[in-house]
Amino acid sequence: MNNFTYVRATDVAEAVRQGGQAHAKFLGGGTNLVDLMRETLERPSVLVDVTGLSSAITDREDGGMLIGAAAKNTAVAEHRGVRTRYPLLARAILAGASGQIRNMATVGGNLLQRTRCTYFYDDDGSRCNKRGPGQGCDAIDGFNRIHAILGASSSCVATHPSDMCVALAMLDAVVHVTGSQGERTIAFADLHLLPGNHPEVETSLSPGELITAVELPALSFAQRSTYRKVRDRASYAFALVSVAAAMEVDDGVVKGVRVALGGVAAKPWRALRLEAALTGRPANEESFRAAAEAELADAQPLRHNAFKIEVAKRTIVAVLAELAGDRL
Amino acid sequence: MSIKEAAHAVMKKAVQVAPDKWMPGATPDPLIRQKHGLIGTPVSRLDGPQKVSGTARFAAEFPLERMVYAALNYSTIAKGRIRELHTAEAAAAPGVVLVMTHLNAPRMTRVPLFGSNAKAAGGDDLPIMQDERIHWNGEPIAVVLAESQEQADYAKSLIRVAYEAEPSVTTFEVAKASSEQGVFQGEPLLLEIGDAEAALAAAPHKVDVVYRTPRHNHNPIELHGATVAWDGDELIVHDASQCVTHTAWSLAQVFDIEEEQVHVTSPYVGGGFGSKTLWQYQVLAAAASRLAGRPVRIVLSREGVYRIVGGRTLTEQRVAIGAQADGRFDALIQTGVVGMGRHNNMPEPFMLPAKSAYKSGTFRLQVEAARMDMVGNTFMRAPGEAVGTFALESALDELAVNLGMDPIELRIRNEPDKDPTSGVPFSSRHIVEAYVAGAERFGWNQRNPKPGARREGEWLVGLGCATATYPYYRMPGGVARITLTNRGRATVSIAAHEMGMGTATTQTMVTADRLGLALQCVTVEYGDSHLPGVVLAGGSQQTASIGAAVTAAHDALITELLKLAGKESVLSGLDSEDVIGRDGYLCDIHKPDRRESYVSLMARIGREQITVEGTAPPPLEFTHWSMHSHGAMFCEARVSGVTGETRVTRFLGSFDCGRILNPKTAASQFRGGIVMGLGLALMEETQFDERKGRIMNPSLAEYHVPVQMDVPEIDLIWTDIPDPHAPMGAHGVGEIGITGVGAAVANAVYNATGTRVRDLPITLDKML
Ligand SMILES: Cc1cc2nc3c(=O)[nH]c(=O)nc-3n(C[C@H](O)[C@H](O)[C@H](O)COP(=O)(O)OP(=O)(O)OC[C@H]3O[C@@H](n4cnc5c(N)ncnc54)[C@H](O)[C@@H]3O)c2cc1C
Ligand code: SF4
Repeated sequence: MNNFTYVRATDVAEAVRQGGQAHAKFLGGGTNLVDLMRETLERPSVLVDVTGLSSAITDREDGGMLIGAAAKNTAVAEHRGVRTRYPLLARAILAGASGQIRNMATVGGNLLQRTRCTYFYDDDGSRCNKRGPGQGCDAIDGFNRIHAILGASSSCVATHPSDMCVALAMLDAVVHVTGSQGERTIAFADLHLLPGNHPEVETSLSPGELITAVELPALSFAQRSTYRKVRDRASYAFALVSVAAAMEVDDGVVKGVRVALGGVAAKPWRALRLEAALTGRPANEESFRAAAEAELADAQPLRHNAFKIEVAKRTIVAVLAELAGDRL
Repeated sequence: MSIKEAAHAVMKKAVQVAPDKWMPGATPDPLIRQKHGLIGTPVSRLDGPQKVSGTARFAAEFPLERMVYAALNYSTIAKGRIRELHTAEAAAAPGVVLVMTHLNAPRMTRVPLFGSNAKAAGGDDLPIMQDERIHWNGEPIAVVLAESQEQADYAKSLIRVAYEAEPSVTTFEVAKASSEQGVFQGEPLLLEIGDAEAALAAAPHKVDVVYRTPRHNHNPIELHGATVAWDGDELIVHDASQCVTHTAWSLAQVFDIEEEQVHVTSPYVGGGFGSKTLWQYQVLAAAASRLAGRPVRIVLSREGVYRIVGGRTLTEQRVAIGAQADGRFDALIQTGVVGMGRHNNMPEPFMLPAKSAYKSGTFRLQVEAARMDMVGNTFMRAPGEAVGTFALESALDELAVNLGMDPIELRIRNEPDKDPTSGVPFSSRHIVEAYVAGAERFGWNQRNPKPGARREGEWLVGLGCATATYPYYRMPGGVARITLTNRGRATVSIAAHEMGMGTATTQTMVTADRLGLALQCVTVEYGDSHLPGVVLAGGSQQTASIGAAVTAAHDALITELLKLAGKESVLSGLDSEDVIGRDGYLCDIHKPDRRESYVSLMARIGREQITVEGTAPPPLEFTHWSMHSHGAMFCEARVSGVTGETRVTRFLGSFDCGRILNPKTAASQFRGGIVMGLGLALMEETQFDERKGRIMNPSLAEYHVPVQMDVPEIDLIWTDIPDPHAPMGAHGVGEIGITGVGAAVANAVYNATGTRVRDLPITLDKML
């Protein structure tokens, strides 16, 4: 870990001013950033601690909710309003990491946590385009069991590891940010970027832009939603594949459906094709399977991760069947 | 060290040695049958309060004046030379005291390789930082010492290296092409009885399949670490060690000083499992300390443990069994190849269980080693047996399916009445009893032999079983000292180890019973190379080794006391054999009322304390008997029909390990072994990138071991039948728990789904 200056921001303006310095980094719970600093993958000169900024979880007039970026993952998962109105968000958070990590981790930090690609982590021993643009990617022909099947490129096949973000993608959350140019909002689907030729650019945030809050819009059928995570051990493992879904069924027909997938791409993967294919169709396993097939039609397996395609399809079908419940 | 070799060597000298308590025709150890007393009662670990209050001082917690902290830099190629090494920036970084590389490291002798001498402790015998050559991907190339750990860690990241790579062998397929006969403990891993291939070909029923197990890394929760200081030519090493005496002797060779000049202490160890021996870190810390003239603390990072401490190697095992329709084996074949480093000698001996598990008309067992450019692989809990039983016991299950026979019945039909390959009798073998008791308690009769027949929601449920087995070992070298005071207190001193197993507690109990003293009146001193004895905490042999040494010291003590007690004593005229300790008294074994208390005896002879030493007799018992621990493992597994995820929901271990000395600590050992076995079955796998010979998941986030939710309630039962030929009637219990678990899980998964996984770990992608 290099030497750095530590400052604790007391308000947004101060945070943005401090964060505008060269090689400054915002510090949430530090559960990812400090790890990366220990591995010397990140070498910030200034750490701007933003955990003192808003962590409030409030109801909005339009029926949605606003969650301060400094809210701890645990606090969000335990919040009564979240649990009743957005149960899948609470479930997704609780499916991630461990109790200790969730107690430290913030919403802002969770959004910007970096990939678990082991070649990315292997600073001096492996090539990685994300860490060192132009080096090449050792994962493409290496161990890629945890890597992407959708939206990858020939320069990077990494996945985004967050569980919470899969739920937020499904909910069409809105990210509130403030930078030197002022405030703006970003649709969740536009926050994370696919790698293309520039895997080192992971989000649409401008340098120094601070995430201040995440807004959850009202969703009439969000209560009928769930999150299922498929992993290598019963707890404390990143998702191989995860599915966040909400569905509204009327008279045996799918009226509305939202699905997002985790563990399959460099961003939480909103399954828009599936949603289009399923809306208006009978709520049965056959249409669920057909819709899942449509979503994964373009999936590109690597040497070790072809199983993800089938697991994703089966998990989608199982989750939708569960949501359809006795209406099947 | 070669147990057999050492035993043979001492055997030659032993002709005139009187037979000991465990030999044929000898009077058995009275403690074996003793019914009252502490042995067999559940006693909590005596070091428990220190552990939970944080006052137990581990190797990397000894504070020393002027101490500096070390960080290591590791190579990123598997073979070649360091072409350029830039250390100036690191040396100039804040707090840095020394950067040591091959350019300035002191000249040192190679570490003696484990097995090359009775006290050798080295995981490999490569020169350490003596030249620019690289031998594996991850080899230390620089040590940085700084005033704080953070400064050392940062400075080491400033070192720049350029390598000249040379062709290396890091692919198992390539290495296999030139594999060699494996030699373990001085003997070739090869055993042939009859023409097994012909018998297999002729057998009406057979299985002939290949199983694979991956590399595993050591992950004791306490990282490998040491605090090291020189005082002139004396070297003090506070180490996390399972072999203090071996380490002291080996370091003396490295630095060309006398064995007595090295003092290794290791009062507490946070798990060893075969990994806490002598690796490069202790040597580098001592060398750097000498160069810097300051005490050094070195703690490997988790990545560091993966890079420089060897683990369990990968295996590829063919198991073929030919059988008659009634299940009797005509042929038992277990052969294959394991990966091995170039500078170590540990051909994972997976064939060992098959040597004595079953009767068969013919045998062919062989382990070949394929040398690779990788960190020297080493012992890991039940080396050989843990992965060997996976293959053997899976094959047995496959044969049972093939024969349409219950797998327990198949095992019983092939139960040998003497060791099937050596022909010597078993000292104690009650595996059938263990199976019967286990099956009853587990509800084995509920099992539907048809795979895939039981479904609960999306979960397919199955039951499986497998045999656990681990040999009884006792190595030469056990010496113990007993000091008795005039207040009736005793201290036993022996260079043994407490790695969390409960050794100190159990030995305190045994000694208390042997002397006839209360638990509080006995102290066991251990974990220090200046204490007597050469006692490896490995091969599950420590309990027996200490037990035999303490018995000898106890004999010496009684003899001495009787001599000093003289004619006036009520015990006068008795032999040491006729005297036992009970309730603070020495008693006539035949007339316990004829007695004198230690306190009065000591007062009468006017002594404050008496100190005696005793040497364990040579371990000849296992040349007369085939000695093993056994167990029957039962597993209930659930496999999701949707995702292929496997969850173990019930587990039972039914053990036959001689007399259980302390049910509480023994149960923890069994349970811990089973938990580790669940990891082996379901998730543990080192990702060794064969392109570069580099380990890619050196972290507990990416290398999975079971977490709480992966571990069901584990039920444990045992026969508790003493082995009359082992000290205290007991066998070690540290390793058997992991054996058989892989197969029990795989067999349960097969019963649940009809899918046979022959390639560990059983991850969900293999279940689709
Ligand atoms: C062993 C382990 C297992 C884990 N398992 C899981 C899992 O199963 N599922 C899962 O989802 N996650 C998992 N995690 C990841 C965990 O969820 C993240 O580390 C955590 O959410 C990050 O939050 P933080 O506040 O600690 O972020 P930090 O580490 O503080 O920061 C992460 C990044 O976000 C930036 N940042 C922080 N706050 C802001 C802000 N307000 N505005 C702009 N930038 C900001 C930082 O600069 C940094 O780049 C695991 C982590 C570990 C260590
Ligand atoms: S997949 Fe992406 S993150 Fe991983 S090594 Fe390749 S470029 Fe780097």
